[in-house]
Amino acid sequence: MAQPFLDRDLRVRPIDAYIDPPVPRERAIITHGHGDHARSGHGAVLATPDTIAIMKTRYGEDCARTFQPLPYGEVLEMDGMRISLHPAGHILGSAQVLMEFGGQRIVVTGDYKRLPDRTAQPFELLECDLLVTEATFGLPVFQHPDPALEIRRLLASVAAYPSRAHVIGCYALGKAQRVISLLREGGYDAPIYLHGAMIRLCALYEELGIPLGPLLPALDVPKAGLEGRIVIAPPSAVKDRWSRRLPDPVLAVASGWMSVKQRARQSGVELPLVISDHVDWNELRQTVAETRAQTVWVTHGREDALVYYCQQQGLAAEPLNITAYDDGPEDVE
Amino acid sequence: MKAFAQLLEILALTPSRNRKIEALSRYFATTPDPDRGYALAILTGAMSFKNVKPALLKETVLAEVDPHLFALSYDYVGDLGETIALIWPHHGGTEELPSLAELVELFTITPKPKLPGLIGSLLTRAEINERWALVKMTTGALRIGLSARLAKTALADMSGRDLQAIEEVWHGISMPYSELFDWLEGRSDRPDIDHAARFHPMMLSNPIDEARDLPALSPADYAAEWKWDGIRVQLIASGGRVSLFSRTGDDIANAFPDVVDRVFGDAVLDGELLVGRDFVPATFNDLQQRLNRKTASAKHIAELPAFIRAYDMLFDGAEDIRALPWTERRARLEAFLSREKQHVIDISPVIDWSDAEMLAAIRRRGADEEGHEGVMLKLRSSPYVPGRPKGLWYKWKRDPNVVDTVLMYAQRGHGKRSSFYSDYTFGVWKGNEIVPVGKAYFGFTDAELKELDRWIRNNTIASFGPVREVRKELVFEVAFDSAQTSNRHKSGVALRFPRINRIRWDKPAGEAATIDEMLAFIPAS
Ligand SMILES: [Zn+2]
Ligand SMILES: [Zn+2]
Repeated sequence: MAQPFLDRDLRVRPIDAYIDPPVPRERAIITHGHGDHARSGHGAVLATPDTIAIMKTRYGEDCARTFQPLPYGEVLEMDGMRISLHPAGHILGSAQVLMEFGGQRIVVTGDYKRLPDRTAQPFELLECDLLVTEATFGLPVFQHPDPALEIRRLLASVAAYPSRAHVIGCYALGKAQRVISLLREGGYDAPIYLHGAMIRLCALYEELGIPLGPLLPALDVPKAGLEGRIVIAPPSAVKDRWSRRLPDPVLAVASGWMSVKQRARQSGVELPLVISDHVDWNELRQTVAETRAQTVWVTHGREDALVYYCQQQGLAAEPLNITAYDDGPEDVE
Repeated sequence: MKAFAQLLEILALTPSRNRKIEALSRYFATTPDPDRGYALAILTGAMSFKNVKPALLKETVLAEVDPHLFALSYDYVGDLGETIALIWPHHGGTEELPSLAELVELFTITPKPKLPGLIGSLLTRAEINERWALVKMTTGALRIGLSARLAKTALADMSGRDLQAIEEVWHGISMPYSELFDWLEGRSDRPDIDHAARFHPMMLSNPIDEARDLPALSPADYAAEWKWDGIRVQLIASGGRVSLFSRTGDDIANAFPDVVDRVFGDAVLDGELLVGRDFVPATFNDLQQRLNRKTASAKHIAELPAFIRAYDMLFDGAEDIRALPWTERRARLEAFLSREKQHVIDISPVIDWSDAEMLAAIRRRGADEEGHEGVMLKLRSSPYVPGRPKGLWYKWKRDPNVVDTVLMYAQRGHGKRSSFYSDYTFGVWKGNEIVPVGKAYFGFTDAELKELDRWIRNNTIASFGPVREVRKELVFEVAFDSAQTSNRHKSGVALRFPRINRIRWDKPAGEAATIDEMLAFIPAS
């Protein structure tokens, strides 16, 4: 392949813009609202309208100098380049960046998943020459189960322990709303109780058209009122004194990492729920094949294995080691 | 199999001891024989298969999965069984897995060449949790933090029988334990167990708190003995039959015929198993060569004869004397040893002491000159109480030795720490080169670990798989219990229980210890 117009720090050379830059930049293209990808302090930000709404909610209205919303599928032409954003299926508003310049097609996936999810626009497959992919779950031990089965396990546990609360550790943006929505799909209509850190983003999701059913703040509910109830809280709160206010809580965590029991055990998780917002090993391989990319760059996660696999397939592949997307593997969701 | 997989998962993930016991007793109460008996054997570590071993499982998986990808995965997960369960690439089949009893039978009768095929088809048919349970039970390494004692506690809980009574019959019965369940559920009498085969749970000591406990102890109340550097055993001699149990109740008689064939009289003794000629103990390293073996070779028996240094007596003849005070049991032990002339048993002497300061000096000298592990303090008036009762027996370990070493190699850790280099090999100077003396990992704080990890990445001079060789520039202060000669290490020295005290960022490598300084730690023998 000719010299790509994208640098290895994800600088888009023809327009001097960076994708998900970890430090403030004059021009930034943001794939989605998670803290390791979307930071405050950039000059001009290009992103989907939902991502912009999320950034403003999390960081404030003036977290960037200007915002340019680019709806999915619309093409922006700039200095001889065509840029468009396409659903990544990761969280609400999450996008892959498709760029065309000088006859070369490059796709940067950001974080993505391919399983259906009512809280995120469904992943769209994009063919390209250079695929820049994440590899959060880039090891063959990661084979995510059907999330509906995980929800069934959760509901069975709720039924089995009517006097205990179930507190589910979820990343506040994306995972929390997805778990709530999966519970609703699984037929759970009762109110779901929220840790304070969840409230704002759940309200935003509803505003943006994602129904989540009855939600109540967990604060102020007397201990006994939470018996047999489901509480959603950030993973950090699940393990600290916050959850001691709950009646004999079953500690659950919803994350792709939870498939490793030894790890769940070490972190004191009694009910691991393997619910991930990233592709698993099989979907990673499927994506690499289906995009027909000849070159694969791996931004973050378990790069070694995916790079090795791609090379075995005769593709050019290399790790980018973008450590900014990787501050503490447990939190990258 | 489904119920057993579910049980294993609860045991692995439920932090509450009571809930574990609840889950176990529910399982035992609702699962039919012989399945529950096999489950009990698996949970207590009594189950093993002649031909189904971790290596076979690995081989089965490597026929389906790229070895490099498997290695990366194992490195990440940190547990072989769990890696295999998670990585198995084929899922499907609608047939339920066989029952535990059927599985045990299948693993026992299937000829070796057919085993990989059998295991492969079972893994494919299993649901993820069953796959995990299946691999765990076949490799025999559950690693779910369950003690055999907890399983027995659940049996007591389920049946209302006394835990002590269950423990006493335990070593005389075998899977699938139908006679045990018959008794527990009131269908028959307690199984009749040969006295000689019955292991009696041991009395254990607590580490002494030098500031709090020591000043309060007086020689009038507490007898002192050496803490021997061997392994704790229980010897049972009854009517010409002799059994030898390790602290965990494993029968190790077959590995020590030189002991069990030469015991006289009837008694149950508590003592230390050591090797050496004429009752002069050799190093733990020497003893180790005879441990973990099913039988003993003639060469080993000749070169490393074993003996027992007795320090307590539980039964005098058929008489249970555990309720007597230590002083009386000691007198009975002395009388027994002078009555029945023994070739392979002697007695652990009582150390005279008058105050803590004197005892500290004795302890230091014992460690330096004889390589003793420390001293024991035993309440003279105390009965023999199984378990780890507070305030009756104390161990006062010798101070660790400390030495400055130089980091040589770093290896990536397992599991949670798999992204860091957290296993270290370190060495000392021998002339102009550094030679390895030990390996350890370390409970650094996360911040230190990160900094160290960065140093290692920046100072790598060669990599071999997960191992990096680094510039010989960083000093580790290493504590260890003792040093021994070793022909496995290039340096000729091996450290016992080495652990890294701290990183000496400040210290130049040139000031690390030399091999001659290390040799001085080895007790003359
Ligand atoms: Zn990410
Ligand atoms: Zn993300």
